[in-house]
Amino acid sequence: MAMMAVWLKIDEGRVVQALQEAGEKLDSAEEGVALDFSSVRRVDASVLREMAAFAGIADRKGVKVELRGVNVNVYKVLKLVKLASRFSFVN
Amino acid sequence: MITQEVLQERVAIPQATESLSPERVAYLEKLVSQARTAAAVFTQFTQEDVDRIVKPMVLAGLGQAQYLARLAVEETKLGVMEDKVLKNMCATEFTYNYIKDKRTVGVIREFPERNLVEIAEPIGVIFSITPITNPTSTVLFKCIMAIKTRNAVIFSPHPNAWHCCSEAVKIMYETALKHGAPEGVFSCLESHTLQDNAYLMRHKDVGLIDATGGPGAVKAAYSSGKPALGVGPGNTPVYLEKTADVSTAVVDIILSKTFDNGTICASEQTVVIDDEIYDVVLKKFAELGTHICNEKETELLARTVIDPATGCMQPMAVGQKATDIARLVGLAVKPDTKLLIAPIQGVGPEHPLSVEKLFPVLAVYRAKSVDEALKVCIDVNHAGGLGHTAAIFSRNDEIIRKFGEMMNAGRIIVNSPGSIGALGAVYNDLVPTFSFGCGTGGGNSTTDNVNIYHYLNIKRVARRTQAHMWFRVPNQIYFNLNAVENIRQFPSRSTVIVTNPSMEQIGHVDLVRRNIPEGTRVHVSVIPDAEPEVKVVMQGVEALNFYKADQIIALGGGSVIDAAKIMKLKYESPEADLEELAAPFLDLRKRVIQYPTEKVNHARLIAIATTSGTGSEITPFAVLTDKERGRKVTLADYSLTPDVAIVDPQFVMSMPKGLTADTGIDCLTHGLEAVVSSYGSAYTDCNAMQAIRMAFKYLPIAFEHPEDEEARSMMHNASCIAAMAFSNASVGVNHALAHAFGARFHVAHGRANALMLPHVIAYNAAVPTKFVPSPYQKGYLAHKKYATVADLLGLGGHTIEEKVKNLIVATEQLLDQLGFPRSIAELGISKEEFERAIPELTKLAFDDPSWRSNPRMPLITELAELFWKAYQGRGLAKVASASQQTS
Repeated sequence: MAMMAVWLKIDEGRVVQALQEAGEKLDSAEEGVALDFSSVRRVDASVLREMAAFAGIADRKGVKVELRGVNVNVYKVLKLVKLASRFSFVN
Repeated sequence: MITQEVLQERVAIPQATESLSPERVAYLEKLVSQARTAAAVFTQFTQEDVDRIVKPMVLAGLGQAQYLARLAVEETKLGVMEDKVLKNMCATEFTYNYIKDKRTVGVIREFPERNLVEIAEPIGVIFSITPITNPTSTVLFKCIMAIKTRNAVIFSPHPNAWHCCSEAVKIMYETALKHGAPEGVFSCLESHTLQDNAYLMRHKDVGLIDATGGPGAVKAAYSSGKPALGVGPGNTPVYLEKTADVSTAVVDIILSKTFDNGTICASEQTVVIDDEIYDVVLKKFAELGTHICNEKETELLARTVIDPATGCMQPMAVGQKATDIARLVGLAVKPDTKLLIAPIQGVGPEHPLSVEKLFPVLAVYRAKSVDEALKVCIDVNHAGGLGHTAAIFSRNDEIIRKFGEMMNAGRIIVNSPGSIGALGAVYNDLVPTFSFGCGTGGGNSTTDNVNIYHYLNIKRVARRTQAHMWFRVPNQIYFNLNAVENIRQFPSRSTVIVTNPSMEQIGHVDLVRRNIPEGTRVHVSVIPDAEPEVKVVMQGVEALNFYKADQIIALGGGSVIDAAKIMKLKYESPEADLEELAAPFLDLRKRVIQYPTEKVNHARLIAIATTSGTGSEITPFAVLTDKERGRKVTLADYSLTPDVAIVDPQFVMSMPKGLTADTGIDCLTHGLEAVVSSYGSAYTDCNAMQAIRMAFKYLPIAFEHPEDEEARSMMHNASCIAAMAFSNASVGVNHALAHAFGARFHVAHGRANALMLPHVIAYNAAVPTKFVPSPYQKGYLAHKKYATVADLLGLGGHTIEEKVKNLIVATEQLLDQLGFPRSIAELGISKEEFERAIPELTKLAFDDPSWRSNPRMPLITELAELFWKAYQGRGLAKVASASQQTS
């Protein structure tokens, strides 16, 4: 597993803000960003919007985004909204 | 409903979306995207989450029922406000009552006895078309269903009901959102066009189209290539049969037909009344505020409310009051008239009022007989109402049943109002709905009252079931020396002994006779000493009939006992078709052909085996030779099993050496095939292994020392014990090969088995090219089972492979010891002749049911390979060499 330059723990209570903060750090994350979703049990539409936006920024900047500890329910949501293909996943 | 307006608007199915502006496409895409996200988020919700949202939605709908009803009437100018309130209440309260305790998330149903679990999977995004006739109630109903099933819905209301519907969607959405539903779960198309509908119907992210409306909408939905629930128009026939409670019927029909001014498509359209009660019925109608039109009024009415060009109802009449329609037509009616009744003389274009009329005009027809009434109802049903609704008022169960059979309708409403009855949960136990599935007759995918289960993908988790197995043998088996004496305990008036000439010659028939109770009339039916033929069997049946036998004693080898089994079958059930009963099957319990259970005669079958090999005295099988076709027919059914088996060694003491060897190897083959059979069980294994052990030990002794009573007795018992195993576990490919080869080249069964046996053991012990499906077994066991047999025989070996090899060598040695030819070539069959026979042999072997329980599925090429191996044989040198290696 490649080392990620930026590693962020995502708190379920503030996923949107955490993603926005992560977005700001994308410039300094040349090797990639790892987001720890292990405490996120559910996602809603606002989270999904932010994740789509985050994936877009990461794509433009050529930064690889790795989601860690995503639970299976959330993973299924990401598959249904076709966001899963825009991230890599590590259990 | 069918109206010109609806037809004009919706029949056309726009194929292209070029006319949509980029802005419009973006708008539609946004709606779908929101719905898709909502549906995805929804997948995380639990049953409790969902139920927490549904209840307040229902309460909100109930609270706004009157408001929405008023909006609907104001906007659509159809129906009755008070009735629409009731519709809104039904759509919420009754739906809730039906769904509140139903599971729609995760595991929704469990069938422990079937090892089946059903799990709900939401559909995702549903595109829903709603009608003008029941606008807000349909929206409320669908919103509640969608939330209960975790789906998102994009609504496309009828253009003339958009405002009230969008208000209903808004009320539902806001309530749902407030209680935790995902953002974007409901949306309503704004000022949409048919192009919008077409675009959404074909959108890749729309999972289901739920079209409640006219035929155009339904057809468009089904033509979109998407899964669709299209529910279409009706034309409800009602049969008012002479035994009906007329007072109840008339009130119910008026109530139903005038409900919301007749806008429910399940409402009554033509009432067919029995002649005997016609006048009374019409009088009742008149008493209760109905205007009965005379001939001229009927004609005038038809001309006004039905479009002569299309034959469909005029839109201006839909959902209007009876008095307004009367005014429109120019009829003089009382101010409180609820309903206009128009007598008609037939159904079809010449009788315009026989079509669907979503307003308070009802056609009536006077029927002279039940037959005529049913025919007219069929005509009405076929005049635009296929699959929808039909109704009957009657106290005659037979006529109600007949009506149900004749009508093609998803709902057949009995002794209750058609429209409200069809909605369910009020007058009957139908599922409450606002979408009536009309089946294929109506071009729909279902005849159900559309409900929550149509909004779910139901997944079935099917666990492996523990297959039921069995162990069946005759309940009376008498064995050891002088077991024949037990015949004395079976009373009989007329006994027929089926046997062959040699049994008479050596005194076995007399021995049996001496043990038959005095006073029994005994007759001997001698059949040729060969495998039974159809002709021989039928002669035996004639004898049984002639002597009115109540007991059959089969005295002989497998051929005689098999013949007696079939004679008994044909004697007791003369209609039994042997050719049909021999039809192929895969599983005895699921076979297509059932053996007869009705019997014209009854006879006890006592089987006395005079050879030690076939085990026919206790098996449910019988082999019949079809000489004309050069093949053997195997009959298999537990009803063929003899009632009593006598396994008395005194009948086998004089068996010649060749027969001892042939039948003994048959016994061994039974054991070796049963032990690896895919139908094998612990019950059959113990018998099979014991029989194998006894055969290996005592067959050489019985062969070399025919006078050895113990060896003879043990082999006789081994034969019966092996039969217990294969009667229940069946045999395998060895028998399939031997049957085909034996029939084609007239080689004795045991000898044919012997030629195949070592090759089949090696074949079954190898990794199969193709596994045979078998719910009875876990994993591939044949090689391990053979190894266990080798251990039981003390053959040595450390690995499974070694043990299997040792078993093959031991089998080869036994065959050598018994003086069997070691190859088919040794029988004098030329290679050319055998080669020519191979296609037929493989075909016969593959058709033989024996291999169905073989542990590996034989391919035709493998059967040919096995035949060739048997043709070439292994040769003594190879056996000796293998033997040395083992030692």
